[in-house]
Amino acid sequence: MQYLEGRKFVVMAIFLAVAVVFATRLFYIQVLDGSYKLAADRNTLQRIVQTPYRGLIYDRAGKLLVQNTPVYDLMVVPREVKTLDTARFCQLLQLPVEDLRAGLLAAKTYSRVKASPLVPNLSTPELAAIQDNLMDFPGFSIKARMARSYQDTIMAHALGYVGPVTPAHLEKPKYAKYIAGDNLGISGLESFYEQQLMGQRGVQYRMVNVRGIEKGAFRGGEFDTLSRAGQDLHLSIDRELQRLAEQLMAGKRGSVVALDPKTGEILAFVSAPSYNPNKLTGKGLGNRYMELLRNPERPLFDRPLMATYPPGSVFKLVNEAIALQAGVVTPTTGFQCNWKLVRCTHRHEPPNNVNIAIKQSCNPYFYQVMRAMVMRGRSTRKTEDAALGLADWRQQVVNFGLAQHLGVDLPGERMGLIPSPNFYNKQYGKNHWNFRTVYSLSIGQGEIGITGLQMANILAIIANRGWYYTPHFVRSIGKQGPLPQFQVQHRLPIEPRHFEALVPGMQEVVDGRGGTANLASLADVGISVAGKTGTVQNYHGEDHATFAGFAPAEDPKIVVAVFIENAGFGGLSAAPLASLLMEKYLRGKVAPWRKRWENWLPGPADRFLSRRH
Amino acid sequence: MASPARYSRSIDWVTVGLYALMVLLGWLNVYAASYSPEAPAASLFNFEFNYGKQLVWIGTSVVLIVVLLVIDYKAYDTFAFVLYGVMIALLIVTPLIARPIAGSRSWLELGPVRLQPAEFAKFITALAVSRYMAGINLRNQNWRDQLVLAGLTLLPPVLIVAANETGQALVFGAFLLAYFREGMSPLILLVLAAAALILILALLVPKLWLVAAFTLILLLIFGFNTRVLRHHLPLTLSVWAVVIGMVFGVDYFFNSVLHDYQRKRIEVLINPSADPLGVGWNVTQSKIAIGSGGFAGKGFLQGTQTKFDFVPEQSTDFIFCTVGEEWGWLGTMTVIGLFVALLGRIVYVAERQKSVFGRTYGYCVASIIFFHFCINIGMTIGLAPVVGIPLPFFSYGGSSLWSFTTLLFILLAIDAYRKQDLERY
Repeated sequence: MQYLEGRKFVVMAIFLAVAVVFATRLFYIQVLDGSYKLAADRNTLQRIVQTPYRGLIYDRAGKLLVQNTPVYDLMVVPREVKTLDTARFCQLLQLPVEDLRAGLLAAKTYSRVKASPLVPNLSTPELAAIQDNLMDFPGFSIKARMARSYQDTIMAHALGYVGPVTPAHLEKPKYAKYIAGDNLGISGLESFYEQQLMGQRGVQYRMVNVRGIEKGAFRGGEFDTLSRAGQDLHLSIDRELQRLAEQLMAGKRGSVVALDPKTGEILAFVSAPSYNPNKLTGKGLGNRYMELLRNPERPLFDRPLMATYPPGSVFKLVNEAIALQAGVVTPTTGFQCNWKLVRCTHRHEPPNNVNIAIKQSCNPYFYQVMRAMVMRGRSTRKTEDAALGLADWRQQVVNFGLAQHLGVDLPGERMGLIPSPNFYNKQYGKNHWNFRTVYSLSIGQGEIGITGLQMANILAIIANRGWYYTPHFVRSIGKQGPLPQFQVQHRLPIEPRHFEALVPGMQEVVDGRGGTANLASLADVGISVAGKTGTVQNYHGEDHATFAGFAPAEDPKIVVAVFIENAGFGGLSAAPLASLLMEKYLRGKVAPWRKRWENWLPGPADRFLSRRH
Repeated sequence: MASPARYSRSIDWVTVGLYALMVLLGWLNVYAASYSPEAPAASLFNFEFNYGKQLVWIGTSVVLIVVLLVIDYKAYDTFAFVLYGVMIALLIVTPLIARPIAGSRSWLELGPVRLQPAEFAKFITALAVSRYMAGINLRNQNWRDQLVLAGLTLLPPVLIVAANETGQALVFGAFLLAYFREGMSPLILLVLAAAALILILALLVPKLWLVAAFTLILLLIFGFNTRVLRHHLPLTLSVWAVVIGMVFGVDYFFNSVLHDYQRKRIEVLINPSADPLGVGWNVTQSKIAIGSGGFAGKGFLQGTQTKFDFVPEQSTDFIFCTVGEEWGWLGTMTVIGLFVALLGRIVYVAERQKSVFGRTYGYCVASIIFFHFCINIGMTIGLAPVVGIPLPFFSYGGSSLWSFTTLLFILLAIDAYRKQDLERY
């Protein structure tokens, strides 16, 4: 028996071996391996995101432009649906039975206990029909969510639109915090000020049981955050001015930019043709977006920001200011209206000083101004001299905010083009071009492109006699004022007196006898307008009409730059349009005798072509 | 009968203490497993909840203990076979009259109380085989004795399997440990262990590799020693043949003998991610619950996986998950330590018995508790297939608590009288 008694140690050894195996295994899964803890959190923690209330957008007068309105989804919890009266339900909602069946099946597949949308974006009659009868349909509920709505039909391009975040967005690190189903600003101010408008999401961690049913806050809500509503935007847009501008641009293609030169605040911003911003919100957004995208008139194209045109005669003002600063001409310098150099617009009095030259928009005069600026005789070879001079010229021109992003608070701004010597070197070869190659630049034609916004900014610089604030829409984010970059004054290295020298000529353009923009005169109501017309040659069709000006000339409060595609002579269409806007802004109304313009100007652009100069 | 004071002195209080501690900890965890954070104010004695009912089972167990200790120890010896007969009759009758519950007809319903005769088959069979063992000597290799013993041991599990409670039937394999102590050849244990090893390997390793490796081992042992080979050629060849047969028979056994659900439980053991939401669910969630407890646990009543029903059967078979989640590694070590201590103490108590009956019964008790401990904890941490057997003293359930209490306290009763016998002489 002694031998058998030893076997108790074998039995105990077996017990201990199993205990040691268990202890080791438990040490591994409980202490060493962290993945079980993560799996446990995945099991029980549900992250509920509270979407904050998106910031509102107000106009200059503090009136609401964009707000949030609830849209309603019909939700269903499949488990709670009992004995559904399908016929009545479908009749109330005007919903085909097959759609209801398919919707219920999809909801059931998603979850039997969680609510899923059955009919999203209920229309008002649908909502009214179902809401009163909801008691009879257990398991169904109405859920409100916020969508953008627009008080007016104006400003579609500047405001932009809000839409659901796309998978393409979600892949970018910038949108890391977004989750599928979120809304975000996709274009315009909605996109530029997305951070401010969106506010801060609230996150709540809820514990759920194995069937996904809530079981209260995780650790008493220790990690929960509250949502913070987005900040409101206060725009500098003058609603009445904007509405008038859009009305006047109806049926045309082009852009209007009006701004306050003293602050850089944009007062009106029109891209024609436009669309109703309400089209890009709520139910069916995607379809309507595609409709707009396919429209041959390209209503989604934001012209003042993205279309670059040669500026035409308006650019003569820039060339003159640069030449004055360079000292190669003076305000009293006279040139011959020499048609051999370049064809002039029309026969006119001799341009004996800059005033006459601007008033008559004399092409040969400005040809010679630019030649004086560029051909400084710094090299004996004409080609080299032209290259050196053009480089100097360009250096000055870009100070006007050209060939660069101005930095307006909208996404998608184009830089435009101011050619450098290299530009021509590439095209013709070094030393294979001279001033004759580039002379078109002297009258704002040729290899040059600026946007409507840049054009307005040039006029703001002249109006201010040499400085500008970056044009912007938002005067104040909440109560914090505008973004810091809009509070920096940009001063050009050109003396104020040189800008001063341009103004009398620009006033003559509008108010002088035989000025190219006589139709824009507001002298009858005591407002002196200074401006410049332009007729931009267009190889694809009729010329584009431009006018850019400011008023009152002595103390400018508004700058307007108008660009109308294929409308011929700028003095006929663009100039009166601009003066109506100036009058409206400065006087708050349009003089009765000018009302006829309000009725005549809207309409197709080709109406102006019959009375061409 | 001796005086109560003397009698109480002769009770093994260490075992009683361990038992009380385990039942108390078990109840705390049953309370935690059935505790609902939404209705925390429910009374402890709310009998709609498992913890309330478990209090009743514990209370009745105390009564049961007193009764077991008061009964003359000789009764267990004397009536062992009678009890065995009654139990066999019950096991035969139960499937015929019982309502099916959870797929098996193994529960007898007496009013509000449900009892599982299979639970009580354990201690009764232990008594019967101990009684029989007292009259034979296993070392003598008397074929008739061994056959009767095998029959006594195997009859209850066969009847239990017939009632579709495979898990409870497997427990009877644990008796082998007791027989081993009483002189059964260690070869049987070794062969069974080897067979289990080969079966597991056959599931894990490509079969041809296994055959090649095994043949190589046999050749290394016998092949180069011609004298040994000549003497043991038939044995060597037949072992080789049996092993090869087993390796290739695994598939047949697996696919044709086992039920679908049994096969899946073994598959899940090998690869838990094979079917994470189906059969693998229990194992995966159980491991997540235990694993998420960490070193010190989430705290009493703070478990989330068990509270929110991710772990199935959380107060019965998977009670260990609550221990693991709320008390962490420290908690699971405490439970394992308690079991090792109890098993050690039972072996100690068994060894001090003078009668073969007492000693064999003691080893049977240790083996049965050990088997439950092994399989139940093993399945919650993915080391054993999911077999529906409770963790002794911890799992919720009247039948299981009563049967383990009876099992243990019959041993203590026998032990207590042993001491009195000594004092008498």
